[in-house]
Amino acid sequence: MTFRHFLYLLPLLVFLGLSVYFAIGLGKDPKAIPSALIDKPVPEFELPPLLEGVPGVATADFGGEVVMVNVFASWCVPCRAEHPLITRLADEGIVPVFGLNWKNEKADAAAWLTELGNPYTRIGWDLSGRVGIDWGVYGVPETYIIDKQGRIRYKHIGPIYGQTLNSTLLPIIRGLQAE
Amino acid sequence: MIAELGHFALVLALMVALAQSIVPMVGAARGDGRMMAMAGPAASAQLALILVAFGALTYAYVASDFSVYNVVANSHSLKPMLYKIRGVWGNHEGSLPLWVLILALYGAMVGLFGGNLPPTLKARVLAVQAIIAVGFLAFMLLTSNPFERIFPAPADGNDLNPLLQDPGLAFHPPMLYAGYVGLSTAFSFAVAALIEGKVDAAWARWVRPWTLVAWSFLTGGIVLGSWWAYYELGWGGFWFWDPVENASFMPWLIATALLHSAIVVEKRDTLKAWTILLAIIGFSLSLIGTFLVRSGVLTSVHSFATDPERGLFILFLLVAAIGGSLALFAVRAPAMQAGGMFRPVSREGGLIVNNLLLSVAAATVLLGTLFPLFLDVLEMGKVSVGAPFFNFIFSKLYVPLMIVAGFGPMLAWKRADLGSAKNRLKFAMVAAVVIAVTATWLAGDNTLLGFAGVGLAAWLGAATVTELVGRIGLGRVSPGDSLRRAVNLPRSAWGMTLAHFGLAVGIAGIVGASLWRTEAIREMKPGDAIEVAGYSFTLDKVDNLRGPNYFIERGIFTVRLDGEVYTVMEPENRRFFVQQRETTEAAIHTTFMKDLYVVLGDETDGVWVARIYHNPLVPWMWMGTLIMILGGALSLSDRRLRVGAPKRRATPAAGQLAGAE
Repeated sequence: MTFRHFLYLLPLLVFLGLSVYFAIGLGKDPKAIPSALIDKPVPEFELPPLLEGVPGVATADFGGEVVMVNVFASWCVPCRAEHPLITRLADEGIVPVFGLNWKNEKADAAAWLTELGNPYTRIGWDLSGRVGIDWGVYGVPETYIIDKQGRIRYKHIGPIYGQTLNSTLLPIIRGLQAE
Repeated sequence: MIAELGHFALVLALMVALAQSIVPMVGAARGDGRMMAMAGPAASAQLALILVAFGALTYAYVASDFSVYNVVANSHSLKPMLYKIRGVWGNHEGSLPLWVLILALYGAMVGLFGGNLPPTLKARVLAVQAIIAVGFLAFMLLTSNPFERIFPAPADGNDLNPLLQDPGLAFHPPMLYAGYVGLSTAFSFAVAALIEGKVDAAWARWVRPWTLVAWSFLTGGIVLGSWWAYYELGWGGFWFWDPVENASFMPWLIATALLHSAIVVEKRDTLKAWTILLAIIGFSLSLIGTFLVRSGVLTSVHSFATDPERGLFILFLLVAAIGGSLALFAVRAPAMQAGGMFRPVSREGGLIVNNLLLSVAAATVLLGTLFPLFLDVLEMGKVSVGAPFFNFIFSKLYVPLMIVAGFGPMLAWKRADLGSAKNRLKFAMVAAVVIAVTATWLAGDNTLLGFAGVGLAAWLGAATVTELVGRIGLGRVSPGDSLRRAVNLPRSAWGMTLAHFGLAVGIAGIVGASLWRTEAIREMKPGDAIEVAGYSFTLDKVDNLRGPNYFIERGIFTVRLDGEVYTVMEPENRRFFVQQRETTEAAIHTTFMKDLYVVLGDETDGVWVARIYHNPLVPWMWMGTLIMILGGALSLSDRRLRVGAPKRRATPAAGQLAGAE
């Protein structure tokens, strides 16, 4: 077989390779987000601060009080939408919110927070998304609730709407605070 | 009874398609005229039968026949008539009859309008078309029967997902399907040509109009979807790089490349194997898109209810159709002889660069879409590939694509003089810089990104106009002569001009909408005012009303510019009774240069979250694509593409020959 013939064969080979992936992929459920982290302590990690004056986040910062962790990025449109609600949670002192800034350039994220205001008491800067993997971040926005023992107790995927907040998140937060 | 009739018609259609896939193919191999002649009538019969089935399902929806499971699952007696009909194809089972209906429609059209095709080619094209139909009819009957009954019949249905109850979206799927199912025709022509072992200028001329039809519909379908996302989802965005969007965008990129490479085959008798490959890949990507959306291997905001068994069936169809055609390609294509030679700097060279860029773009989208699946399969975790990846690659591909699109039409076939083309385009370059400087100044943008983005769009627009002006000799000959030349210009030339110009307008819109948008997301009480991009928005009050199958919460915003009342905007929230789901209806105030866009968000204790956007140039995106589609339609009406036209080409007017695209 000449190289020329191989070139003509290449599209078929690429496609067959693809279809093997498709066949294996069929057996998997993309919506099944790993829930293995639920009820486990937060992973071992340490993230540098994003903004001056707002500390970064590390494993040692958890425990003692109920905390919400919100994964956000300036390029994420729904993050903007949930931002007022996050701000209210923080402003009204319902629960402290830690930010996990995910795959975001520093300047972009800083500009975004300057524009919208910063509700976070701590912000970890995860440019590479490496720590996000340990947390099982699947996309932005995502929100986690951590209990007083520093264990992940709840994970919400997607933006937080008023209804989700009132019917799901707030009862969980209040329940954990009462524990 | 009506439902059983529809079911029966589908089974008959499958039988007809089986016969149509075998008899003409054998006839073409044996040179048996009667066996080949069976293909045309069979294609018409298939269409008639599928029409009966589709009509039966539509009847079940219109009459709210809740003994049909599909109607129960997706309709409701209170729903407006338009959405009852739209509900037919708003779900997996019901969208398949539409899919095969469009496939059969294309097949029947090839049968009816293909009078000037060589009999063997026509027989083979229709046979390949029928093989695809067999696959999908079997898929429907075996795994996704839309006529399945339910007993006992419930009193009312579950209603259609309210997000889909929208006039814009009612026409989005039919148009999109007309686009990507339409690519099946180019695919059938390619496979038939591989079987025949012959690709020539005539083949390219026959395949081009079918590609043009598919391309025009696909463009329309994608834009309708994007428009719907823009006003219905309420984020002010128009493109989200969602797997389903990507599934329609990949075939569009390849179809665009195919339109361009088919010109080279027609004019210069070269790039044959490549063009065949594009025709195969275009439809293959449509099929892969169907697989991705319906099998559940990827998540998406608007994927259908998923089922692994169906996924396995579609995967089998994929391997048979794509694997089979690519295997045929590997065996037969190496024998295709390239014709005309050409230099790198030439019309052919420009078209090849276009093809390479568009193919890289399609490969990028495919990679980005499938990457989460790859990692998942390799047990490397679950990730999502976001907009930053796609935006990064596309902003890089954009630059050369625009430059080449501006230069290409100025280059001669075989060997072109770049210097002279540059000379003729001097004015366009100056115009592009002037427009870019003005536009970025007006937008208050001093970044290189904004300047280059608008500048390149302006460049393409100006270069396209320059090419047209040169062609009709405006300024060189008398205005009357210019007008005469413009009228006599082949419609395909006008088509190219409009399509390129429309692209320039549309891209300018995308640049403006992406870079210069201003937005404010605030909590507002009635009486509060906020300012966005110089406009002041006051929330006057929020009314509660009732629609046919939903409650309405309507915010009244008064917009003021320099203290004067500019307009009143009324965004809505709708809560649907049956599915208890909410949708937002953004209020959009459109002018030539911008959209004002207001969304009323959630309410807590008398305070609403309002999202307000100032979106410059968004209307240009819709205008640009309309111009592109108009270009496609004009090109399609070109005399030389119509039935029997080649016979009349013996004595064309000299002016027409000179201007032939």
